[in-house]
Amino acid sequence: MGNKATRAAFGETLNELVADGYDVVAVEADLSKSTTTVTFQDAHPDRFFNAGIAEANMIDVAAGLAVTGKVAFTGSFAVFATGRAYDQVRNTVCYSDLNVKLAPTHSGITVGPDGGSHQMVEDLALMRVLPGMRVLVPADYNSAKSALRLAAAIPGPFYVRLGRASVPEVYAPDFEMELGRAYVLREGSDVTLFACGVMVVEALQAAESLAAEGISAEVIDIASVKPLDAEMIVASARKTGHVVTCEEHSIIGGMGSAVAELLGETCPVPMRRVGVRDVFGTSGDPDELMAHFGLTASDIVVSARNVLA
Amino acid sequence: MAQTPDVGVIRSMAARMRLDIVEMIAEAGSGHPGGSLSAADIVAALYFGVMKHDAARPDWAERDRFVLSKGHAAPVLYSALAESGYIGREHLMTLRKLGSILQGHPDCKKVPGVEVSTGSLGQGLSIANGIGLGLKLDGNPARVFCLLGDGELQEGQVWEAAMFAAHHGVDNLIAIVDHNGLQIDGSCTEVMCLGDVEAKFSVFGWKTISADGHDVEALVSAFKTAEEALGQGVPVVIVCGTTKGKGVSFMEGNAGWHGKAPSVDERERAVAELTAAIEKEAARG
Repeated sequence: MGNKATRAAFGETLNELVADGYDVVAVEADLSKSTTTVTFQDAHPDRFFNAGIAEANMIDVAAGLAVTGKVAFTGSFAVFATGRAYDQVRNTVCYSDLNVKLAPTHSGITVGPDGGSHQMVEDLALMRVLPGMRVLVPADYNSAKSALRLAAAIPGPFYVRLGRASVPEVYAPDFEMELGRAYVLREGSDVTLFACGVMVVEALQAAESLAAEGISAEVIDIASVKPLDAEMIVASARKTGHVVTCEEHSIIGGMGSAVAELLGETCPVPMRRVGVRDVFGTSGDPDELMAHFGLTASDIVVSARNVLA
Repeated sequence: MAQTPDVGVIRSMAARMRLDIVEMIAEAGSGHPGGSLSAADIVAALYFGVMKHDAARPDWAERDRFVLSKGHAAPVLYSALAESGYIGREHLMTLRKLGSILQGHPDCKKVPGVEVSTGSLGQGLSIANGIGLGLKLDGNPARVFCLLGDGELQEGQVWEAAMFAAHHGVDNLIAIVDHNGLQIDGSCTEVMCLGDVEAKFSVFGWKTISADGHDVEALVSAFKTAEEALGQGVPVVIVCGTTKGKGVSFMEGNAGWHGKAPSVDERERAVAELTAAIEKEAARG
């Protein structure tokens, strides 16, 4: 059970996809060593294109490659791929419904010392609102591999949110993620902890602590933020009657918002959202920042107690 | 299509397309006549002489690709697609109306023959780069043509793309600049001076060619020169001097006609002028 970052899956999985017969190409913006697309460049130099520090061009070059039938992945960091190149993602990739897969790394506050300019906590909101965009948030290295494979297998725009920091293993190496499916990682009856990305492990730890207090928490991984597994989310909310969402993202517009929108219309229950509370990030070590922004297992425990009170 | 472009055919097509453009925009009650009319000869040269394409097979693998980076000139593309047979002429008068396949800016999900949706300026050259690279990876001999506006060159992404094309040797790409000198707020020189467009592309590592964008013989010859320069590791741009609103006397050289539909009276006058031009081309044989 080694700790590995979700970004470590990127270049490796692209190589596997080519071996499996996918017509994969990748366009990077001068961050191939950080995103690990350099692994793909080394194996398939003819299929790798560095755009330099030019993210808008990176996205649209990928769009053009997709027009010719390629499965086109893009790299860079989440803040640049979604923020700086938003118009390209919206008006070219999504509006044309192209086979472009954004898989930027360094999402969320676990980027660490680079600070708020580089800690993207608004990307899920930006991507989720785009018609036709599918949004996946893998919890560990194995689910990241699976998410990338899933994105390659289904035509059309995808956003796969990858991170810089190492995270404990949650899924077995043979895990096969499905689009629009959530995963029950622990069953419970008093409260549901919906989590995604690095927060899945925190939610599992929180459930353990809550059990010691006699509170039975169900933990569900919302790996597919769009489309949501509406059926499972509603069923669990109906069963436990209390919900806490946990995400390394702004509480505005992300997974917690998506769950709130769904439950608000179908099964309103008391709810709390654990996430970054409408502020920018700041420099620090990832662990320090998780505590600073209230994203640890103990913060989830407090929210669970609170929603049950 | 034709291997040796027929200048007469291109001229008559351009004349007919100009009439389509004015009628479509008048019928729609909004749209961009100025930049559609300035591009009419260029687009006619591409669709009826230069590009290899076949309306009966919009998915033909070896078709040349066209990217209308200046997507607001959609009417000139729609007219070319109708004249080529990609879409029925009955669609033309539905431009910009609810339920029409002919959106205000080209939507590839709705219109056969449109390779990619455009409209947000500055993106087409990047897309064309990707198309060019994809074709090269496949060993596909098709070329990609990308039409840009001159005001559009103010978008920084165009220069990201220009740098990229030279660096990656996208040598199956021909960019064309419709250099009509005007944009919404006035002349390009007043709004944001472009300087020497050809020199700019040249220092970015492109082969540059200039042509009168309304002289069909000059255009055909420029395209021939450009085609001969392909496959040598260098992208090619043709900077075409044009007149905004070309073909309608009261629209020519007037920035006010960038994005305005003609009134009933103006439509009548424009149609009379453009019909006369069509007849002149027909008489020329």
